[in-house]
Amino acid sequence: MPLAAHTDSAVEIAPGVHWVGALDPHLRSFDIILKTANGTTYNAYVVRGETGVAVIDTVKESFSDDFFRRLESVADYAEITTIVLNHLEPDHSGALPELLRRAPQARVYLSSRAQMMLKALLKPAGGKPPEYIPVTTDDSVDLGGRTLRFLHTPYLHWPDTQCTYLVEDGILFSGDIFGCHFCDPRLFSDRVGDFRFSFEYYYAHIMRPFREHVLDAVALIEPLELTVIAPAHGPILRQQPRDYVHRYRELATPRLFNEARVEKTLLVFYISAYGNTRRMAEALAAGAEALGGVRVSLYDLEGGEAGVFTDLIEEADALAFGSPTINGDAVKPVWDVLSSLTTVNVKGKLGAAFGSYGWSGEAVRLIEDRLRGLKLRVPVEGLRIKLVPDTGELAACRDLGEQLARHLTGRLETRVIDMAELA
Amino acid sequence: MPKAKVTFEDIGVAVTVPAGTRLIEVSEKVGAGITYGCREGECCTCLTKVVSGGENLAPPSVLEDQVLKDNMAPRGHRLACQAQILGGEIVVKPA
Repeated sequence: MPLAAHTDSAVEIAPGVHWVGALDPHLRSFDIILKTANGTTYNAYVVRGETGVAVIDTVKESFSDDFFRRLESVADYAEITTIVLNHLEPDHSGALPELLRRAPQARVYLSSRAQMMLKALLKPAGGKPPEYIPVTTDDSVDLGGRTLRFLHTPYLHWPDTQCTYLVEDGILFSGDIFGCHFCDPRLFSDRVGDFRFSFEYYYAHIMRPFREHVLDAVALIEPLELTVIAPAHGPILRQQPRDYVHRYRELATPRLFNEARVEKTLLVFYISAYGNTRRMAEALAAGAEALGGVRVSLYDLEGGEAGVFTDLIEEADALAFGSPTINGDAVKPVWDVLSSLTTVNVKGKLGAAFGSYGWSGEAVRLIEDRLRGLKLRVPVEGLRIKLVPDTGELAACRDLGEQLARHLTGRLETRVIDMAELA
Repeated sequence: MPKAKVTFEDIGVAVTVPAGTRLIEVSEKVGAGITYGCREGECCTCLTKVVSGGENLAPPSVLEDQVLKDNMAPRGHRLACQAQILGGEIVVKPA
């Protein structure tokens, strides 16, 4: 059987529905953060109705020739009535300016949040902007006997993302969700090599930080009749496509069964050269635990790896980090964890820092800045203690823990302060 | 200088501030749950619900208005990086 995508022609998915994307088998690193051992595909699609032709997404600019050759094999530019942009990242919108030049009559359908991105993308092209229509869930376009219905699925993985459902055929053009960086010219999930590792890897690195949004999207998709899921990267899923939706639900559901669900959870991470920062951590934990309603766990960063701690952090409500200061900085195991959190959502969690130091004690403030940078809230000023904590200083650590617990459990007394008192 | 009082409901902290202060200048310092992205009124990360006293904030600029609209922000919401406190009492919390 010939390899589906080894020709310049479009590849039929269903009568009047074609793949017109491009293969990029030599790509090894995508968006800096993702590896791929066999490249990726940029999937674009054409849907033909009785009164209109829709192009769904385009490809990375450097692959425009492949896209246009395939597109021309199934449609004339003058026939194109509709361009759907499920996601405006340049790997899907790279050929858009040229497509708009060739099919200026086409109306562009995109999510509300995509409008400003569209303007920014088309800046270099200049000229009159295309006619574009912001759409949301249940809006639709009639192509004559065929209906494209939109699903508002933001933050998967950009604010602008949406899915488009071809109602009569049960085909979901899903954008980046259900995609992966896997290049196999056989194109279809029932014909390509085993790509499950790539599907999981893509979810873990691209979708995982947005798992609440994944669950919202899955809830919109689950009731649909599905014959095919046509994502924007990787194999087209036509063998039991619902399995992939189910897998997304599994992946987005909290990974660690949390028996403390009714309580708030505080993780206290520390690393300690001489036991001083450890004693601070223990006192902080004891103070938080004593208030009640908070389940506190202590972890020595020397005894684990960033990946495991990332899983723990994803589920926790609050995080405290303790580090000594060495040569004016927090120590590397702390930074290893704090630089590994882009794959999970930590926004809005409670954060705090503490640490013993011998000379200048910069670590605490540096950690606080990083926590704020990660969009944690840091409502209680961290504690720096010179060398060995005495009884009073350990009491201050317990107090820090108690204050964190009060914030976590909503048992705060309203304070009135003057801005001038704030550092 | 005229003073105003802004209350961050999520953390139970009220701060007296000079008129003209932007919410961003106070909320981070007190550790309120409002989080920031671009800090330039574009990304909508700092969307904030104004629980009361919205009239005590300077009206949104054309840019802020557009960003609120593009992001389908409900009524009574502002961008904390843009909203400037004029006086009186204001109560806010993260959106």
